[in-house]
Formats: sequence, C-alpha cells, structure tokens
Amino acid sequence: MTHFSALQLLKNALTGRDDWSAQWPEAEPKSHYDVVIVGAGGHGLGTAHYLAKEHGITNVAVIDKGWLGGGNTGRNTTIIRSNYLYDESARLYDHAVDLWEGLSQDLNYNVMYSRRGVMMLAHTVHDVQSAQRHIHANRLNGVDNRWLTPEEAKAYCPPLNVSPDARFPVLGAALQERAGTARHDAVAWGYARSAAARGVDIIQNCPVLAIRRDAGGKVTGVETGKGFIGAKQVAVSASGHTSVLMETAGVRMPLESFPLQALVSEPVKPLMPCVVMSNTVHAYMSQSDKGELVIGAGTDQYTSYSQRGSFQIIEHTLAAICEMFPTVSRMRMLRTWGGIVDVTPDRSPILGKTPVPGLYVNCGWGTGGFKATPGSAHVLAHTIAHDSPHPINAPFTLERFTTGRLIDEAAAAAVAH
Amino acid sequence: MLLIHCPYCDEMFPEVEFTYAGQAHIVRPQDPAAVSDEAWRDFLFIRANTKGLHVERWRHTHGCGRFFNVVRDTVSDRILATYKIGTPMPDLSALKSALASAPEKARP
Repeated sequence: MTHFSALQLLKNALTGRDDWSAQWPEAEPKSHYDVVIVGAGGHGLGTAHYLAKEHGITNVAVIDKGWLGGGNTGRNTTIIRSNYLYDESARLYDHAVDLWEGLSQDLNYNVMYSRRGVMMLAHTVHDVQSAQRHIHANRLNGVDNRWLTPEEAKAYCPPLNVSPDARFPVLGAALQERAGTARHDAVAWGYARSAAARGVDIIQNCPVLAIRRDAGGKVTGVETGKGFIGAKQVAVSASGHTSVLMETAGVRMPLESFPLQALVSEPVKPLMPCVVMSNTVHAYMSQSDKGELVIGAGTDQYTSYSQRGSFQIIEHTLAAICEMFPTVSRMRMLRTWGGIVDVTPDRSPILGKTPVPGLYVNCGWGTGGFKATPGSAHVLAHTIAHDSPHPINAPFTLERFTTGRLIDEAAAAAVAH
Repeated sequence: MLLIHCPYCDEMFPEVEFTYAGQAHIVRPQDPAAVSDEAWRDFLFIRANTKGLHVERWRHTHGCGRFFNVVRDTVSDRILATYKIGTPMPDLSALKSALASAPEKARP
C-alpha cells in the first residue's frame, strides 16, 4: 500500500500517475477467521480497522453482499453532530466526533471532515424550550451547543428566510459549531484501505445467508454465497437487514426497517455555509463540496426492504425546504434514492454483546448512523477484543428492552425521524 | 406511492389517505401484570420485520377512518391482499406462490 503524501502526489503528477497501487486487494474467503464482520459499510470496516490497529486482531474478514460502502454508508446525507439529549448518547456521539477530528490523519486518507456547524431551527415556542433544554443538557455533558437569535442564525446562514411573515417563522436556532459533514465514500474507502493493509480480508459480492451455532449455542461461523466460513466471533453490522440475519441465529430483534430517502440538486456555487435542520417541518439541507445541495427528511411510514420510498415524502420535504430557503425554489433536483434503515423503539442503537456467545451486534442506528461511524466502530472493536463492552457502549444493550432501561432519544426528538 | 384497497370502502386510494399502524395480529396480554418481562418485551418491542410477506395494519385516516389489515411483500412493496379486522389472515403460502408465478398481476 502506498503511503499518501504531498511528495507521492507530486511524484505521480510528474510521472503520469502509473505508480498508484490498488488501495485494497481482492480477497477470496479463507475457511476460518478469528472474527467475521457482516457488512462492509463504514461501521463494519471501521470495526476491522480498530480490531487490527488497537487490539492486534488481524485474522478478520469483512463480508458484504454488494460492494463496500454501497449500502447506507453511500446513501446517507453525511451529517455529523453529537447534540443528543441523554448522557449515554452524548458520550457515544461525542466520542465519535472526537475520532472524526483526527480520522484523516489516523487513516492517512482524506475523509474531508468539515466542521461547518449544524444549526437546528426552532419554529414554535415548544421548539424554543426544547432546543434550550438540549443546549443546557449538552453543555453539562461537555458537548458544544449554543443558542442563536434569528438575526444570528441569518448571519451564520445567509440564505435562511427569517422574516416574521415566513410560513415557518424562525424563532431561534441551536448551533453546534463542532458538528459538520464528511465525505461518506472516503470513510468506507479509508477504513477499507487501512484494514486491508493490516491483513484484514474484505470479501465483496458475497451475501451472508445465515449465522451458524454449535450444540452449545456458541457461534461457529456464517453460511455465505461462497460457502461456509468459520469464525470464533461474528459481528453483525448490516443495518436494515440485521433482524433478518439475527433471526438465523435464533435472536429476535426489536427492530423495524424503513425506507429513508434523500436527494441532491444540480451543483451550484457555494450557497450553504453550514447544515440546517428543522425537526418541526421535517427537512434538512447542506451543500456538498461538489456544490450539490444535499437534502433529506424522515422515513416513509411503512416497513420495507425495497430501497425506494413514496414520492409524497420528497414533495413534502422540498415544500419545506423552499419555504425555509426561497432562493432555491427554482433549482432542479438531480437524483433521489432510498436506503433501508433499522429503527429501534427508543431510537438509540443496540451496540455490543447478544445472548449468543461469540455473536455481537451493531444496529438500530435508524436515520443517523453515519455520524457515529468511528465511535461505534471503535467501541465495538473493544467489545469484540475483550468480550466485554467499553464503558461508552455498555448502556446500549439488547437487554434494555427487557429491563425497561431505554435511552429514549425518540421522545427527546433530537432528530427528525 | 402505494395504492391501497380499503376493504370497507371497497375502492383503491392513494397512500396519502392512509396511516400505517404496524404489524397486525399482535394480541395484548389479558393480564399484563402476570406476564414475564420477556413476554412483555415481545409484546411491546419485538416485531417480525419480515423480508417478504408482511401482515400489517393500516387506517383509512382520510376516508372511512377504519383500521384494516394488509398483506404486503416488503421486497417489492406490492400489496397482495387487504381484509377487514376480525376476519382471518389469508393463506400466506398461496399468496406467496401467486406472487412468484405472476409478480405483475398479484394485486387484490
């Protein structure tokens, strides 16, 4: 693997770019691994990277039914933030933001993490009270967040319509300046390159069909499109399809899979300096470095695996965007797409051990898994290496749905679901 | 957008008239205080989340206002049957083979 540096860049620029090596090799599955990770998205590849780098476990395979980063890692709207209400969530998501800040250096790969700020608008008195409660809770947890008046919000994000007669008047906004965006594909590629360089096998286009257990209940491996692959430990990081896979291991999950749509506009000159979200009108927007406006909203109402949603969701989203940013009302949309997100009843992830020995799960991120990628991969690698959770993911158990100790971000409504 | 047949109105309407109401045929325990934590978890939180034929409730919110049940293929989003509350679930294996043999025609 070539180490990326300014010198390498210059050398290849002068010599016709023939010298770049493949970033990761094509791998054929071995018959047995110490750890098999199902799902080669950012979370799965990141877990392999941290297992190899921090725990010295390199006899690892990451298996995906498609190409790496082709699932929800490549379909999300790349927003990173950690302004969650509850202590457990604040620690988990802020851990991720801490890692985002050094990720490009850690991976020797530019993930284009941009601290451009995430602004969450308040349109009603209830919004104002809820946002201020969030700000206070965040600051008590050491999470950056502050209140903006409508004028300050306008100054931070000029295209925003803050006139008092707007259909959705802006009464203020909560701003997390440390939040921002990153290049989603680069996150998957960077983790894949780093993990592969340390000896991890990345096996693409190989669907995992079932998880196998021995008579004692312990995991023995996975049944795949390329045959049985043995493993001492199996981690499922398969987002929308997690419950289908876990069922094959005899574990029923408190998950439902919904289509979540997003869309991008034609590329234009720099317009949006930050990310703006509005939970009340259910839409959010940022601008990619290519110039496309990246727009998203909530999930469709019904469960599905079709990777497409209903048109009225897009219509509703764009109606809200045009009210908040009248200047974009005549822009053309280039692409829309859908991904399947696995949603838990309390809208917090399930991250750690399962009742099956040797089986670990990283799921339930719902509509907001991208932001947590490095943090969740890091603590899941710790959980696998020690067979015991990291203090940060210890509360995010599967058992909480039996004990009732939920982490109810759904009720806290920190995000548009 | 889905087109959904309301078995009470006996007509096809667009999805915007309806509200999804989750998995169907989940029965609340008669005496919640008597059930174990695990059984209560299953009732509250565990869902089939089927990839394939899913039996679910919908409500014709902007029409007759009534709840009814729907069998839908969650891979293609094709609706295979709708039926009134209180009537038995249709034979899923028959619906599955109908879907496999004529995926384009499989509509109620």
